[in-house]
Amino acid sequence: MAVQTDPSDVAKTAAVRGQDGEPPVGQHGGNKRKPGIGAAPYLLMIPALAVTALLLGYPLVKNAMLSFQNLNMGQLIQHVTEWNGFKNYQEVLTGEDFWRVTLRTIVFTGANVVLIMILGTLVGLLLARLGKKMRLTLMVGLVLAWAMPIVAASTVFQWLFASRFGVVNYVLDKLGWHSMADFNWTGSQFSTFFVVTLMIVWQSIPFVAINLYAATTTIAKELYEAAALDGAGTWKIFTSVTFPFLRPFLYATTFLEVIWVFKAFPQIFTISEGGPNRLTETLPIYAFVEGVGNQHYGMGAAISLLTILIMLGLTSYYLRIVLKQEEDEL
Amino acid sequence: MKRSLFGRIWPNATAIILFAALVFPVYWMFSTAFKPTGDIITETPVWFPTDITFEHFKTAYHAPDFLTLVRNSLTVTLLAVVFSLIIALFASFALARMRFKGRKSMILVFMIAQMAPWEVMVIAIYMLVRDADMLNSLVPLTLFYMVMVLPFTILTLRGYVAAVPKELEESAMVDGCTRPQAFVKVILPLLAPGLMATSLFGFITAWNEFPLVLILNKDPEAKTLPLWLSQFQSQFGDDWGATMAAASIFAIPILVLFVFLQRKAVSGLTDGAVKG
Repeated sequence: MAVQTDPSDVAKTAAVRGQDGEPPVGQHGGNKRKPGIGAAPYLLMIPALAVTALLLGYPLVKNAMLSFQNLNMGQLIQHVTEWNGFKNYQEVLTGEDFWRVTLRTIVFTGANVVLIMILGTLVGLLLARLGKKMRLTLMVGLVLAWAMPIVAASTVFQWLFASRFGVVNYVLDKLGWHSMADFNWTGSQFSTFFVVTLMIVWQSIPFVAINLYAATTTIAKELYEAAALDGAGTWKIFTSVTFPFLRPFLYATTFLEVIWVFKAFPQIFTISEGGPNRLTETLPIYAFVEGVGNQHYGMGAAISLLTILIMLGLTSYYLRIVLKQEEDEL
Repeated sequence: MKRSLFGRIWPNATAIILFAALVFPVYWMFSTAFKPTGDIITETPVWFPTDITFEHFKTAYHAPDFLTLVRNSLTVTLLAVVFSLIIALFASFALARMRFKGRKSMILVFMIAQMAPWEVMVIAIYMLVRDADMLNSLVPLTLFYMVMVLPFTILTLRGYVAAVPKELEESAMVDGCTRPQAFVKVILPLLAPGLMATSLFGFITAWNEFPLVLILNKDPEAKTLPLWLSQFQSQFGDDWGATMAAASIFAIPILVLFVFLQRKAVSGLTDGAVKG
């Protein structure tokens, strides 16, 4: 999912930039509407809306329905529907687990996003400062990390951090940290999260860096020259020219990253399956383990729905940011 | 503005270190895949392999059902991308070129759909697919992947369609084309880079998808490559050579597509933008 959404922003900015000085796309399309074309746009939209409603909308409804059912192994096999009202929610919300996992998810997301945004921004600014050859080299590295499929990446990270013959433990041992020689990285909560975070940050920096660099190239050179003429130093130029220009972009990107990290599933599942002792379960993993693993499908659906609601809140906030910036585009 | 020697050196030095850090995991995957086992299971890592072997690729290739799984992955991914492109072409044309009631809210629907948390919807989808008696089939996977990439495809293509000058289409219509003809003859050819870029990213999403296939297709012959790869290591014990070869086989198509098409796609994006 992560990579999928990435280029849309590039595309969007590109498309928007292209219309500079022109009225937004949709607005002037209307004037040309001919009589008799009235139904055409709706006919064109039907396939897209229909499949979205059927394959995205209906599963959401189904999810809501399941969350009000007592659905365990027995009911599943016998195909019986047992409604049990708000009991799943009661159990989830009054239990300790859900809140612990929610807090963990928030901390995990926060740590990842802070790292991604700071490092991504620094790399992006570095790209803007490099010469052409060096920039291309770094770009290649970024694209490789970006393009690496998640499951392939997590397999590689398991190998890098393998307790026997893993290259990370070897280096740490050689650097003098001898207790790390056969360290089992997935043996404790913190070290497992460390590996997962490192992988997510590694894969996410390119998106932020490349887009941020693209954004800096749109800042008019005159602004820098004017600032330099006024005697502004590097830091002053950054805070008064570069940063104000990038702020809307940074704002939107931060939110996008929050959403992506919050729902990160394969990264954690392939490395630890939520272990050890379910200590690295974030909300999506928790819903999966509780629902599918422990076969409390109704409970899992309730956790899912709560997670979806949190995601919906995040998404609508993100869209508000984006739409405010690109009001013309709609 | 003149910069000191230090000011000129540190960006390049940092860039080199960053490059190494970014590339190392990818490099380590490939180099492990080509190293003889003796160079993998060793107390001191062999940083630059001198002996090259294809043994691990053979192991991965001869793993049970490997070719079936490759075929599964290709089928599901290609069909999902093609279907979503077709559906998106209609929708994006309407959204970019026509004005109608509900247009804005439809765009909003797709923007929200683009962020849909598929990862947490797997339980409901599992129930639906089970009730339809379609577990371990490629049909539901194809359909759901299609919808996963559809919002992005629509929104991106909309930008490309909007970037094609209206005048071209209008002059074609003056010359006697109907609107559908004008679309096929004028807009479609100009959309080629856009279609390529969009399908590239759709391809990546579908090729990588993990949670859904994890729950829906448990039969060994019904899996796709990401699921196979995630279980490869536990099946093959600690055969890291074979595991890295499997990871390489899975990653190569995407890496190649990305590196080769990215420039084309990006230049396609900017071409469209300048023309706008």
